[in-house]
Amino acid sequence: MLVNNAMKRIYVNKKWCLGCRLCEYNCTYANSGAMNIITALKDKPLRSRIKVEEYDGDTLPLSCRHCEEPICVKSCIAGALSKVGGVIKINHNKCVGCCTCISVCPYGAIMHGEDGVMRKCELCIDNAFGAPACVAGCPNGAIVYEERD
Amino acid sequence: MKRYVIIGNGAATIGAVEGIRRLDSEGPITIISSEPYHTYARPLISYYIEGKTDRERMKYRPDDFYEKNDCEFLAGKTAVKIDPAAKSVTLDDGSVVSYDKLCYAAGSSSFIPAFRGLETVSESDRFTFMTLDDAERLKARIEPGLSVLIVGAGLIGLKCAECIYGKVGAITVVDLAPRILSSILEEKSASIVQRHLEGKGLNFILNDSVDEFHGHIAIMKSGIRQFFDIVVLAVGVRPNVALMKEAGARVNRGVSTDRHMYTGVDGIYAAGDCTETFDVSCGETRILALMPNAYMQGECAGINMAGGDCDFENAVPMNAIKLLGLHISTAGSYIGDVIERENTADSTYTRFYVDGGLLRGYIMLGEPYRNGIYTSIIRNQIPIDKIDFETLIKSPSISAMGESYICQLERKV
Repeated sequence: MLVNNAMKRIYVNKKWCLGCRLCEYNCTYANSGAMNIITALKDKPLRSRIKVEEYDGDTLPLSCRHCEEPICVKSCIAGALSKVGGVIKINHNKCVGCCTCISVCPYGAIMHGEDGVMRKCELCIDNAFGAPACVAGCPNGAIVYEERD
Repeated sequence: MKRYVIIGNGAATIGAVEGIRRLDSEGPITIISSEPYHTYARPLISYYIEGKTDRERMKYRPDDFYEKNDCEFLAGKTAVKIDPAAKSVTLDDGSVVSYDKLCYAAGSSSFIPAFRGLETVSESDRFTFMTLDDAERLKARIEPGLSVLIVGAGLIGLKCAECIYGKVGAITVVDLAPRILSSILEEKSASIVQRHLEGKGLNFILNDSVDEFHGHIAIMKSGIRQFFDIVVLAVGVRPNVALMKEAGARVNRGVSTDRHMYTGVDGIYAAGDCTETFDVSCGETRILALMPNAYMQGECAGINMAGGDCDFENAVPMNAIKLLGLHISTAGSYIGDVIERENTADSTYTRFYVDGGLLRGYIMLGEPYRNGIYTSIIRNQIPIDKIDFETLIKSPSISAMGESYICQLERKV
């Protein structure tokens, strides 16, 4: 499945974004390991790997681009970031929380995690969803998961 | 088929291997490593002593890295001579390795000034803090109640202080400079960090240096007499350049290369802490002994060694460290006008440096948040009148970077 998806990425059709932030909620839920969305979100801060920016009345959902030349992977001092089958992943066991990746990501797509290690979009491949929850839950087709040149 | 040889086994070497293998899956690679260990993440030695990582997890690449990349790994062998005419490297065991393309990535070594009376400190109480061996020695020696003197309040000295904090008694750090972390912080930010560390119990003696050691007493230039059980010498590092000098390469403070990481000596490239780099944030060539820089230089060298065409030309100094709970993120050079931003909500303090219409550098204290966007502005020298700089310095965002940057979200990058 990973191989088939290797070239697919998350893209933003920004004119369709309503700014509802459902993607942030779905992302937090998908990566929480919780059994349902209520226990994942109730009374907890949003730990989303996608971020909706607001600007000049527009909104813009943002997550890891899984760059062809990933500067985060090249810069990781612990060797904790790697690109496997087109997906940039963090080995949580190796990350020491130095934040070098946050200092280099040109998209601001890597965030501090609750456990002191970094968190970023891994396309929901390894969680119970198996495919990006932000895309599945977007009510207006503003976030898509497809192949592009 | 090309024969590749790499001297060194750190980030630059791994970058070179991965760079070569992008283009050439056949040519044999030989790695000559003085240290007998699988490639490890050197900055993690402090985390190792702290107990936040272990020997297994601090490996910079998986166990099968050499095998998978078809590398012959000569562990514990030191290169003692490069013969550019014969295109060969002689090792300390007398054996000779031939190359078509060589990458010199020998890194740097701890520099120990000739302190008067240093020999009166028993050897088992004297430490440096750079390698895994250094860390193992220190780890075995520390115990509760020990008085520790650290000479050098730079990144190495303070990371050392942090990792032994709570495992020893009093820690005193002495530095010749008037402020701590003088290579990456200016006065105000340095004093904030210093107050934070003093609040945790570290002692600092600044604007001063050790004039003489008398056994377990360090006598400072100012006359202060500082007792210690063990001393860590963290004054600085020096690039390992001797072999390249003898081989006829151009060497200033570090090995000089062009933007292809080529040294000018037939077949020989260089990368990592032993080299000098053109720093785009200040327009000067200097040593940027930083791990991300080392990897990217190595990768660039490797691609070119394998016949590709790669330029390494947008290097910027950059540091992301945490000291006893306080994050410090810096990038670029501190040139030009200063814009300060204090955010009481998330208790961060940031200084931006703007010069000639460009963001040249920043210093950020507190939990980092998307500051890679700032680093990217510096690295790519994006003129600030092309972006919404006012909004950006309040909070980093992609939207404020302008339409062309936003458009990148709609295509592959």
